Amino acid sequence: MNKQFFSKYAKEGAIWGFIVLELIVFSVAGEFLSLTDSNFLDPDNMLLLLTQSAPLGIIALGMTIIMINGNIDLSVGAIFALCAVVMLDAMSWPMFESLGDWVIPFAWGLALLTGMGLGLINGLIVWKTGVDAFIVTLGSMLGFRGLVFMYNGEQPTFHLNWTMVDLAETTLFGISMPILVFGACIAVVWWLMNHTVHGRNAYAVGDNREAAVNAGIRVGPHMVWNFVLIGFLAALSSITFYSASGSVNPNDGMLYELWIITAVVLGGTKLAGGKGSIIATVGGILAIQLMRKGLGFIGADTAMVNLVIGSILIAVLYLDRQLNRKGEEELKL
Amino acid sequence: MSERIPALRLEGIVKTFPGVRALDGVSFDVMPGEVHALMGENGAGKSTLMKVLGGIHQPNEGQIFIEEQAVTMGSPLEAKAKGVVFIHQELSLADELPVSENVYLGELPRRSFGRVDRRQLNEQTARILQRLKVGFAPQARVGDLSIANKQMVEIARALTVDAKAVIFDEPTASLTDAEKVVLFEVIEDLKSQGVGIVYISHRMEEIFRISDRISVLRDGSYRGTLETAATNEDEVTQLMIGRSLDLSTNREHKEAGEVAIEVRGLSCGNLYHDVSFEVRRGEVVGFYGLVGAGRTEIAETLFGLRHPTAGQVLLDGNEIHIGSPIEAIANGISLVPEDRKGQGLVLGMNCRDNMTLPQVDDLKAGPFVSDGAEIAIFDQYRDKLEIKTPGWRQLVGNLSGGNQQKIVIGKWLSMHPNVLIVDEPTRGIDVGSKSEIHKLIRELAGQGYAVIVISSEMPEVLHVSDRVVAMFHGEIMRTFTAEEITEDKLVQAISGIRADDDAA
Repeated sequence: MNKQFFSKYAKEGAIWGFIVLELIVFSVAGEFLSLTDSNFLDPDNMLLLLTQSAPLGIIALGMTIIMINGNIDLSVGAIFALCAVVMLDAMSWPMFESLGDWVIPFAWGLALLTGMGLGLINGLIVWKTGVDAFIVTLGSMLGFRGLVFMYNGEQPTFHLNWTMVDLAETTLFGISMPILVFGACIAVVWWLMNHTVHGRNAYAVGDNREAAVNAGIRVGPHMVWNFVLIGFLAALSSITFYSASGSVNPNDGMLYELWIITAVVLGGTKLAGGKGSIIATVGGILAIQLMRKGLGFIGADTAMVNLVIGSILIAVLYLDRQLNRKGEEELKL
Repeated sequence: MSERIPALRLEGIVKTFPGVRALDGVSFDVMPGEVHALMGENGAGKSTLMKVLGGIHQPNEGQIFIEEQAVTMGSPLEAKAKGVVFIHQELSLADELPVSENVYLGELPRRSFGRVDRRQLNEQTARILQRLKVGFAPQARVGDLSIANKQMVEIARALTVDAKAVIFDEPTASLTDAEKVVLFEVIEDLKSQGVGIVYISHRMEEIFRISDRISVLRDGSYRGTLETAATNEDEVTQLMIGRSLDLSTNREHKEAGEVAIEVRGLSCGNLYHDVSFEVRRGEVVGFYGLVGAGRTEIAETLFGLRHPTAGQVLLDGNEIHIGSPIEAIANGISLVPEDRKGQGLVLGMNCRDNMTLPQVDDLKAGPFVSDGAEIAIFDQYRDKLEIKTPGWRQLVGNLSGGNQQKIVIGKWLSMHPNVLIVDEPTRGIDVGSKSEIHKLIRELAGQGYAVIVISSEMPEVLHVSDRVVAMFHGEIMRTFTAEEITEDKLVQAISGIRADDDAA
């Protein structure tokens, strides 16, 4: 029992160990290599890092559920962009003209509905056609991105509303709005996955779908809900980010899905489903963000960052396979 | 008490699939507090019957009664709600979840806002686990449990409803003897609580140990019910086989050549252990046993797909190590696999390319594959094996099962192997083509190939083999020569009964 507990703890804690290692390496290396005088561990720097983690992190929470279900959602980057377009564009719709600043909640609401609607489309297609979620969302990724471009061509969509910017840049005890939203999402989704029937069923569905069906879990609708949820979270992420910036490029959010999946996998969620943890996903997001920022801090460029993160991802999965493999039962390739 | 009402009764169940009458008017009942064993060979219809009972298949005719109330089973869930619960051979558990959540899968106790009522969940589960007298907690992760304990979790799941009948499908397949004792205690316990139990197993000794009555299925039809106390193994075996022996066919030549392949003390983890046998040139050796007895795993080892943990393989008297299929092929060992479509053929490729697949490298003219050489090989083996196809361009996926199998066999023959292993040579092949394949296997032996045939069909094994190796639970129970073999000896051997009383 104790041993089991320890091994579980060691596996799930691995990501946090990795984060600590990153912090040490970058702050030490920063002493010698950094281009600036500031300390990597400077509180402001850390808060900035958390703020920058939030947009990807919020979506990664949803991705964790989707992947625990044994599905995947490649369209989140496109949903993220499309929700921003809807939100910013709605601000100048004539029908909202008389509302003044009260247009803001409506724009937000529309963005959230858009996200949920797009997620609903994904979920319904996965449920009703039985086509693999990878293929369905690969298609919708292209399709939703197409909608973004159809809207304004190559031009950015923008609308600057200072009230909205102020709202988005509100801080509470020095904590930025994105961090607050991210934190709230973590709490809610963690609770969902650990303490509700829906959350526990999500694990069962991903672990052994046949058993779940036989046990009377309505797997199709269950999955649809999760796609709606990730759509909602993508929209929420979009709102927190674009309320402040007020301008979205049609290419925004591209490759987000890959960063998010990388973070979720780094956090130990199994691609095949059935296993994963919200807290570990937060760890995965922080680890990646630290790596990007840390490598930047010591003077590496983006190409280098991508190379390093890619290598780490493969190394981690290889290690995981070595630690968990089935032994001689497995057929030799 | 309404003791004389059967807990569960099936009447005249007929189930047909295209071209097959899988169940032909099967009737069967189980009383409360009774263990009713269901026996039959592989393919006798037991699993189909259970699928009908469990709501996975709908019967074409017949009726199911629970406590004499006519019911229909629309889904596994409905069956469970009506008190018919299955303990499956393949455990259907979610490994990553705790025991409690598996036990109440799909029926987690709720509180407001869709919250899981963990206290109630753990308390109820603990109560059931206590009833089963098991030593693990509701919070334990299922993946960490032994197979036997996982089975207890399945049984616990059955106890969450008011079970009228519990169906055990080969429950001891992967249990140790000590674990079996515990299982039997649980079954006794359920019995004393008035639950009707259907016990499906191939193992005579278990059946005689725990059952009250035994019913036998053969070829999809019901062959009778025996009181366990008033019968014996021979009678049950007779009922299961029920056909006369036909061993005389195709046995003209008798001279086997020298030993082609010899296996000494081969073991592979817990899949099989201490397996020794030899196959001579010009001889067909049949491997017979239940699904999971380790036959296919031995074949996979000889073909380099698994690595043995102990023992030797000798080819023509020289020890060889087979690390991969490539090395097996280089040593002239070829495998016609069990799953023809999944493992033996590339269905979307044409006949010629499938046949020459393992040797395209040798057929090259310069950097290119020589069409002419490939076609020559294909033509040669099409004629030799009488493969019926409009031409080499035909996609293999469009051929009949029998012709597909011939393509796989031809693929290996064209490489002139030393040893040909054929796993389930006629699975899914129609009756006409079956005998052709059998004839072909005999002919190959006649031409001096050493042939190993693995089969779950007794007539097939008896028909094609010069010797038969009977396997049970990863061990060779006995090797029979064609002269000494009888069907009931074979059935007993693969059911785990040692041949110590075989003095006659």
